[in-house]
Amino acid sequence: MDEATAGGLHIAVLVKHVPDAQFDRHIGGDQLTTVRSESILSELDEYALEAALQLVEAHGGAGAGHRITALTMGPAAAVNAVKKSLQIGVDDGVHLTDEALFGSDASATSRALAALLEQVGPFDLILTGMASTDGETSLVPAQLAERLGLPQVTFAASLELAATDDGWALTARRDNDTFAETIEAPLPALVSVTDQINDPRYPNFKGIMAAKKKQIQVLSLADCGIQADEVGLPGSWTRVEAAEPRPPRSQGVIITDEGDAGIRLVDFLAGQKLL
Amino acid sequence: MTTVLVFLDHPGASLAKGERELLSLAGSLGDVAVALADDAEQTYLDGVGSYGVQECYRPDTDVSEVLVAGKAAFLAEAARSAAADVVLLGNSYEAKEIAARAGIRLEAGVVTDVVSLDSDLVATKADFAGSYTVGCRVTTARAILTVKPNSFDAVQAGTPQAPREIRVPVGAVTPAARITGRVDKPVSGRPDLTEARVIVAGGRGVDGDFGPLEDLADALGGAVGASRAATDAGWIEHSAQVGQTGKTVAPQLYVSVGISGAVQQRAGMQTSKVIVAINKDSDSPIFEIADFGIVGDLFSVLPQATEEIRKRGL
Repeated sequence: MDEATAGGLHIAVLVKHVPDAQFDRHIGGDQLTTVRSESILSELDEYALEAALQLVEAHGGAGAGHRITALTMGPAAAVNAVKKSLQIGVDDGVHLTDEALFGSDASATSRALAALLEQVGPFDLILTGMASTDGETSLVPAQLAERLGLPQVTFAASLELAATDDGWALTARRDNDTFAETIEAPLPALVSVTDQINDPRYPNFKGIMAAKKKQIQVLSLADCGIQADEVGLPGSWTRVEAAEPRPPRSQGVIITDEGDAGIRLVDFLAGQKLL
Repeated sequence: MTTVLVFLDHPGASLAKGERELLSLAGSLGDVAVALADDAEQTYLDGVGSYGVQECYRPDTDVSEVLVAGKAAFLAEAARSAAADVVLLGNSYEAKEIAARAGIRLEAGVVTDVVSLDSDLVATKADFAGSYTVGCRVTTARAILTVKPNSFDAVQAGTPQAPREIRVPVGAVTPAARITGRVDKPVSGRPDLTEARVIVAGGRGVDGDFGPLEDLADALGGAVGASRAATDAGWIEHSAQVGQTGKTVAPQLYVSVGISGAVQQRAGMQTSKVIVAINKDSDSPIFEIADFGIVGDLFSVLPQATEEIRKRGL
């Protein structure tokens, strides 16, 4: 089957608005949830956006009937992650927002996102970053794949598509500690990509201007057929019961090498019983 | 009585340190069974049994060639068969994904990166790259926890004895991503980065020469790590990367060499017990979190320290 017969690709990229790691980050409120001021598009999501753009460019570009949609969920400010994605070059955006989503853990988040993807799709390929830079559990992509019944290829360090007899299929490379592996899967599939896969582009002036004309669809839970108690704190399977800022590390002894620093280092290690 | 199922994968000739820690933790919680995804040698099975494990659940088909989904389906079936209240896994990316998918199948809450567990099963983990300590409870009847290495002590094992094998039906996993090729990487002979007691890590300041770091790591019985700058430069393999997009480590001793200490690097190492920093730039932010800092040239400090350790016969 050639690419024209296999058809235009509809690619979903999941993006997240996260607290900027360059500033102090906090957990607060009665329900011990993440404080989301000073937030930005998660830098790990930029690799997923770039991967989507490169796949489209490699298979006929803008005129070939492909479409990239950036999706997010969260409060009003979360839409900023979609707006940045539009500036970088995706075609349109979707924002799932509902007060009932507040406090969702990975299982509740994956339930909401699965319903959103089914509502807005179908998609041939769902791309995510390797983790969020806030929760850092890496659970959501795997749980989404399980809920949607899709093949899952996580931590892809390379990603290629080709038209086969049965439609589109993907080939990816994964690097483990002791081996590298090649993965093949038919589409539709869910793929998370690492920071090794590409060098993300920045939005240029043309992209920023073009983004102003692109559509962002705003949906509620009801629009996706989800009850409020299936998500948020009531729909979560884990609960944060305590959150303490770690005491900051106090600065220790700093010396300037005067020819014996290596020996003084060994003295320090011996004193700490680390030898 | 609580029943605990420990998921074991990629078995070696004998139990690895992290596996002994998991089995020890499980034994402190209740009766222990294991779910073993791959075929194992008799010595490995005897080792499992030496921790008082009576039952070893095995899949009725090969689940290894299907990425994650097959092992998750197997783990969910094993947890049902064993009527497990708690399921424990290691903390590798693969283990977390198996936990994630099994969690959906079992409708069970998953907590990753667990470093301690109280008698009420409230799990403690670090959040925001170690800047918060969070207590997390699973609210479903069954709990799935992925446990960080070096967090629990491995107890002394008993008499080696193979557990009873129980095959569970897994069923076909379709459609799936299949592993169609595999290339082994060279083995370093040094300890695994996430399990090492000592890590010597290098960054941009190493300027392509990890030799002095390897020598110090070997003298200390440690592993060699790197910042993203060093792995991106191709000076050392990507799997050595410590930081936000690499490994998160918490060794007894982390020696940071020629690394400035940006927030992404700190994310991977700031819960280390003792941090030593060596950098020629006295303004490097790494010195803010170092217990012992040396402003100096790594190419003279490291060889001197290595020689001194050898001289003292340590």
